Amino acid sequence: MSEPMAINGDMAIAMAWKQIDPDVVAAYPITPQTIIVEAFSDFVANGEVNTEYVCAESEHSALTICVGASAAGARVATATASAGLAFMWEMLYVTASMRMPIIMAVANRTLSGPINIHCDHSDAMGGRDSGWLQLFGENVQEAYDNTIMAFRIAEDMRVRLPIMTCLDGFIITHALERLEMLDDKTVKDFVGPFRPVRPLLDVKQPTTYGPLAMPDYYYELKYQVQASMDAALDVAKKTMDDFAKVSGRKYHLAEGYRTEDADYVMVAMGSTAGTMRYVVDQLRAQGKKVGAVKVRLFRPFPAADVAKLLEGKKAVAVMDRAMSPGTGSPLYMDVLQSISRMKDPPRVSNYVYGLGGRDLIPGQLTEVFQEIMANKGDRINFMGVRK
Amino acid sequence: MANEGSSSLPAGGMIIEAGSSKKYKTGEWRAQRPEVDKAKCTDCLTCWIYCPDNSVMVKDEKMVGFKYSHCKGCGICANQCPVKAITMKEEGVE
Amino acid sequence: MNLKELSHTEERLVEGHRLCAGCAEPIIARQVLMGTSKPVVVANATGCFEVSTSNYPFTSWNVPWIHTAFENAPATISGVEAAYNSLKRQNKISEEVKFVVFGGDGATYDIGFQSLSGAIERGHDFLYVCFNNEAYMNTGIQRSGATPKGASTTTCPSGTCTPGKKEFPKDLTRIIIAHDLPYAAQASPHNWKDLIEKSRKGIDTPGPAFINVISPCPRGWRHDGSQTIALSKLAVETCVWPLYEYENGEWRVTGESLRIAEGKKEKRPVMDWLNSQGRFKQLTKSKFSPVADEIQQNVDKKWESLLKLCHM
Repeated sequence: MSEPMAINGDMAIAMAWKQIDPDVVAAYPITPQTIIVEAFSDFVANGEVNTEYVCAESEHSALTICVGASAAGARVATATASAGLAFMWEMLYVTASMRMPIIMAVANRTLSGPINIHCDHSDAMGGRDSGWLQLFGENVQEAYDNTIMAFRIAEDMRVRLPIMTCLDGFIITHALERLEMLDDKTVKDFVGPFRPVRPLLDVKQPTTYGPLAMPDYYYELKYQVQASMDAALDVAKKTMDDFAKVSGRKYHLAEGYRTEDADYVMVAMGSTAGTMRYVVDQLRAQGKKVGAVKVRLFRPFPAADVAKLLEGKKAVAVMDRAMSPGTGSPLYMDVLQSISRMKDPPRVSNYVYGLGGRDLIPGQLTEVFQEIMANKGDRINFMGVRK
Repeated sequence: MANEGSSSLPAGGMIIEAGSSKKYKTGEWRAQRPEVDKAKCTDCLTCWIYCPDNSVMVKDEKMVGFKYSHCKGCGICANQCPVKAITMKEEGVE
Repeated sequence: MNLKELSHTEERLVEGHRLCAGCAEPIIARQVLMGTSKPVVVANATGCFEVSTSNYPFTSWNVPWIHTAFENAPATISGVEAAYNSLKRQNKISEEVKFVVFGGDGATYDIGFQSLSGAIERGHDFLYVCFNNEAYMNTGIQRSGATPKGASTTTCPSGTCTPGKKEFPKDLTRIIIAHDLPYAAQASPHNWKDLIEKSRKGIDTPGPAFINVISPCPRGWRHDGSQTIALSKLAVETCVWPLYEYENGEWRVTGESLRIAEGKKEKRPVMDWLNSQGRFKQLTKSKFSPVADEIQQNVDKKWESLLKLCHM
């Protein structure tokens, strides 16, 4: 373990990649991800990694290059955000369906229009059905830790799926925070060597990748992604257990905070989790029975874990930093499906917040708790918008 | 209809048996079949280089016939044969 | 190089693919892959050739092959080549491997143009081969940036007011040459010697190489499948599709085009070309005959300009 340092989230990811030393990195610059690929380019320029770094001419090509490299037998990483992730959308599905264990840092930024460079989760939500695992970090330390765990989860033979390591744009990507890095050997040992499956570059065993599949096979091939997602829940849990042994930091798929005896619980992802715990502590000091749940793994959604944390509660507020115009937002919908078989389920409300980087202040979360404690509020609420 | 289950298929749609399409017999598509008159044939192999379906059989640098299991009957071989040794015949007509 | 020698080469693309009878694409692909005896990895853009050679659970490929999408085959091979360079540098692989991409004109002239340009600019070591059948044939004969003026397609049909496509195609080969890449060429499958030799150069030359190959399509061009090779020859004889190459900054006409340039072979009128295919049949109507004249003038203009570039 190194001395703690002050570093931003993008740099922390670049440092994790450097320790892992992927064979290929292909990327295209986009705010607020760019610091990652700039820093990593420096490592390449100075011979500190073995990585072949490819400056793609677009995000669509960047992810395609990653797929080609992964199929060829390489360990691969990339990074993007916002419009870049949207431009990759077609290839997100291809990546997952071809079972390429690529790691992609997503510096969560909203989608146009209007164009805006600031944080929300709209970009990642566009990829939630693509077959990628999605890990959300709360701070710089988690951005680093999630990255290291992601390589091992993605490359596990039971999973072999790509993973997005999501971190809130600017709030985490650009903020200086405390980071404790693991030493290089610990990271290398934890991640292990890359094990290719029938790589293209094995010219003695020619493999056909990416064929046409008609209705008689398409569904079965697609179902493989679902089966791998199911397996990924256990693999991720086990990986988090093992990570605790080497780092002393214990993570869970979904993490409860003071939920055990709580009647009212708030659910969120990303940097909001810290604000949420602060508000919980304040209300607890006033004797309110409140708690919080941070969802770390959004895909596959740990429905059983979330249900366990919400069982017996009176009301739940789900905070979504994204919106699905015309219906409930993504995290809300997943919380609802998690409790759908519960005997006496809590009353669940959805709060959309923080779009396009709108600041979230603790008082707003206090109000949300007060609203659900008073049995008030609509099913779907748009917090802080000037209507 | 296929009957293999999802878990029995190679991951990600990989096809691990190279050249397996040989099992798919495109010869059934054919309306006309090429026939070669070996008395005229000079074994120049022009038919072989222009066949879209690898259906001109060559052995020891000699043209030895057609792979009717896969020949689609396009007629390029007959059209390009420099000595007109190949003719196209209606399938099913003797 | 003669056919008897070539008949000993291993078949890298096998039968049982589901391309139409008389399709030029597998003829071209076989010839291209005869251009090297070294191991190759092939990437393919979405299109007729891709769907017809990889209809799950069957594959017509005896070499490693990858398809990911329509517009990105050059990026796909960039990734494979980047992995190769990385793994080679780390001594994780030792074998020398070559990289070849196939795409149709839709994938090359239109939707995949950016990824091709990017891959060439980055200098990846690969040969890109365009099967130019001058329209989107896999989706049913729609107009592309390669469709010639006067051709009728399902999205630029000939009608009472228009003769078919109103615009000349973009000259992609010259656009690619503007990247000043090590090697680029135009070729035709009827001249197999020329195409195989160009493929050999494209594969052996370090860095990116591009070959644009005319690829007659019986369905889309409205001609009998038996005429595929004859038509690819006619395209060259009329100078609609000159054979030439660009190698280390030098332009050279090759094959029949060289003989035409030297006055040793007749330059046939474009009308012979237009009359040979159903897609141009409206041009024989007197109403649209000025269009046929314009096409001839454009062919002449492009041919003269090519000869100048070749210092002829």
